[in-house]
Amino acid sequence: MTEKAATFDEVQTRRRFNFSKAFRQYGTAVIFLLLVLVAQAQSDAFLTERNVMNVLRQMSGIGVMAIGMLYVILTRGIDLSVGSIAALGSVTTAIVVQSYPMPVALAMVVGMGALCGLVSGFLIAFFRLPAFVITLAMMTAARGVALILSNGQPITLGEAGQSLQGFGTSFSLGIPNPALLMIGLFVLAFIVLNFSRFGRLVKAIGSNEEAVRLSGISVPWYVMSVYVISGALAAVAGVLVTSRSGVGSASVGAGNELDVIAAVVIGGASLMGGSGGVINTFIGVMILGVIGNIMNLAGVPGYHQQVYLGVIIVVAVLIQNGSTLLRR
Amino acid sequence: MAALIQLEDITKSFAGIHALTGVNFDLKAGEVHGLCGENGAGKSTLMRVLGGEIRPDTGRTLIEGREERLTGPTDAIRRGISVIHQEMALAPDLSVAENIFLGALPPGINWARLREKARDLIQRLGFDIAPGAQVSDLSVAHQQVVEIAKALSRETRVIVFDEPTAVLSTGDARRLLQIIKGLRDSGVGIVYISHRLDEIYEIADRITVMKDGRIVDTVTPDSTPVDSLIRMMVGRPLSQLFGDKPETVVGEEVLRVENLDLPNGIRNVSFAVRRGEVVGLGGLVGSGRTEVARAIFGADPVSGGKMTLKNAPYHPRTPRQAVRSGVGLVPEDRKGQGIVLDMEIRKNVTMANAAPVTAAGFFRPAAERGLVQKLIQSLRIKLGSMNDPVSSLSGGNQQKVVLAKWFNTDPDLIILDEPTRGVDVGAKTEIYTLVHRLAAEGKAVIVISSEHAELFGLCDRVLVMGEGELRGELAPPDFEEEKLLTLSMARRRPARAEMEA
Repeated sequence: MTEKAATFDEVQTRRRFNFSKAFRQYGTAVIFLLLVLVAQAQSDAFLTERNVMNVLRQMSGIGVMAIGMLYVILTRGIDLSVGSIAALGSVTTAIVVQSYPMPVALAMVVGMGALCGLVSGFLIAFFRLPAFVITLAMMTAARGVALILSNGQPITLGEAGQSLQGFGTSFSLGIPNPALLMIGLFVLAFIVLNFSRFGRLVKAIGSNEEAVRLSGISVPWYVMSVYVISGALAAVAGVLVTSRSGVGSASVGAGNELDVIAAVVIGGASLMGGSGGVINTFIGVMILGVIGNIMNLAGVPGYHQQVYLGVIIVVAVLIQNGSTLLRR
Repeated sequence: MAALIQLEDITKSFAGIHALTGVNFDLKAGEVHGLCGENGAGKSTLMRVLGGEIRPDTGRTLIEGREERLTGPTDAIRRGISVIHQEMALAPDLSVAENIFLGALPPGINWARLREKARDLIQRLGFDIAPGAQVSDLSVAHQQVVEIAKALSRETRVIVFDEPTAVLSTGDARRLLQIIKGLRDSGVGIVYISHRLDEIYEIADRITVMKDGRIVDTVTPDSTPVDSLIRMMVGRPLSQLFGDKPETVVGEEVLRVENLDLPNGIRNVSFAVRRGEVVGLGGLVGSGRTEVARAIFGADPVSGGKMTLKNAPYHPRTPRQAVRSGVGLVPEDRKGQGIVLDMEIRKNVTMANAAPVTAAGFFRPAAERGLVQKLIQSLRIKLGSMNDPVSSLSGGNQQKVVLAKWFNTDPDLIILDEPTRGVDVGAKTEIYTLVHRLAAEGKAVIVISSEHAELFGLCDRVLVMGEGELRGELAPPDFEEEKLLTLSMARRRPARAEMEA
């Protein structure tokens, strides 16, 4: 009797192959590989080192913002202000490098981004206001401040910003510096999300906020923190763009929030919170980059690209949820 | 006469695991057929086959003697089979009438007639609910009435009730049983799934017991005493259900509550709990038991009164402060509040107290695994791997994960709100053992339960609440269901003299 019961328990709890989990976990990677195959068939220019490095560099700003966005989305939130904070970061970088030493200047810019996130995050976490509305307001306001500070004109980095521009346009280990920084931040984000108490709670809050609160955890602090991280990283993205172009501009990152959200969603994160990973987000960013790159190489006109991009996002999400669809 | 429904030799496996093996089940018109068994025994799976939600791998479904192939829930409903699930399937923002006729709305809707028909159906059940009322405004009991009316509106011949009274107060549960009897007398065939055996015995004409995806036996209540039914379900007699209560060594006072008032209508509640004591909090659902528990845990605000924990003033404004002061809460809504369902078992266990297994904010994987493994063994949680999501566990084992979380914080006071709700008989016993163990370890324990047998079997004394007040206290010679109900339902009874300080 006892023996029989034991084997039944064993059978019941044995690890079974879970299709829906597999789709969610590896769907993004499969889509990415398919895309690379298609791209390679389309054009010999695709898998050249030069082109690959180009894609990585182009996506470095989006990638850095996607890290913050992933954290926000994991808590079931959304941050529409990243593009505008990047613009503010870009403008303030060009301004403060003129009068402060580089490390101080960069710290000021990143701190300013974090402060923007702190304002949004505080209102969202402690006053329980909807993230969509609050970050929409921040999106408008931050862009406005960027326009005011720059007077609507691009500001060149000039003499004082030469070291920054040098960083943005050169390579280390054969990889463009901005891309290297993005990869480094992704690694850091991976470690924090998977091995720290903070990362674990961020994910848990997105799954079941009330259970986390009733475990004696101060949920608002964690919710606020993800917006601070997102704001700081958006400012970093602004710095990266400026370091590449040598110009601080209030038009940096216009519409980027949507690309960033698209990248995170293509990466399989759920807007309902609690599920999503750093590696898949990185692949999501790369998918977005490769799609644009293929179409450029194939000579697809810009307006058409947007239509295709929309279709591809839907297809990607369909594939990730494929198992649920098949079951019906 | 052919049975209304006959399921023959039904087998169903999910990904190679047998959920049902060679199950034969039949239902006659005008009978209540009780279905019981531990969680995971296959009751719900069998009813999902009957409701057309899943297709069996092998076996036949006969309706009035003719073999039929149900293509889906809609098909089952068309053939007169309705399943009323534990989680109700009503649209909360629609009206009562709209819900009742949802899915059967004619193209041109005559709202006045529809409401009239809805009122008729509800009155047939002996209730008076406004057909225009919004469903989210109704009590759980009334929502259930709407579900039944919905089934009746479709000329239903078979209704399956899956744990219908789990969320109902005693009074509402009684009325539901009356309704079911009425339905039976009008010729409807009813399958009644419940963990509450007293209900099964009251209304079932036949009882089928399932275990491990098979039918153990089908019996009549008259010929089968409760303890042999339980033995069929778990292979263990009833007398061992509550386990041996260890000799309680009552120590110093841990919590003292004086004249506690809450904004939600709880007034003047005073009591104290000491180390090694298991104190019950009884009374009807809605009498304020959960509210008091949540206030002690800092989850809801307090409007007046005084609390003392370990001889120090205690006024937690957040659960965080409560946990840090050494208080734990196992909430009544396990899935909504107790655990993070999609998260790994391991991570749930260490959530409330990660300090012993972290360094500088990062987890030490080996230390965490070791700690969780120890708790899994100590609480006898049955699982495949500690890295599986909690959702992969049965209700009883999920509850043990919640308990493990609090064992890990080593609290001085632990409050358990309906600790065995939706938990099968076997796991109940193990949870009772754990409650005894908490007390034996010198913790103060408060248990809230709607099952009176559970309160009496588990507690040293039971505080009875009614309408937001503490109405009195029962100790062993007075551990009788009637006394408890009388206390809870009595009106305007003055609080006990010594408690009015």
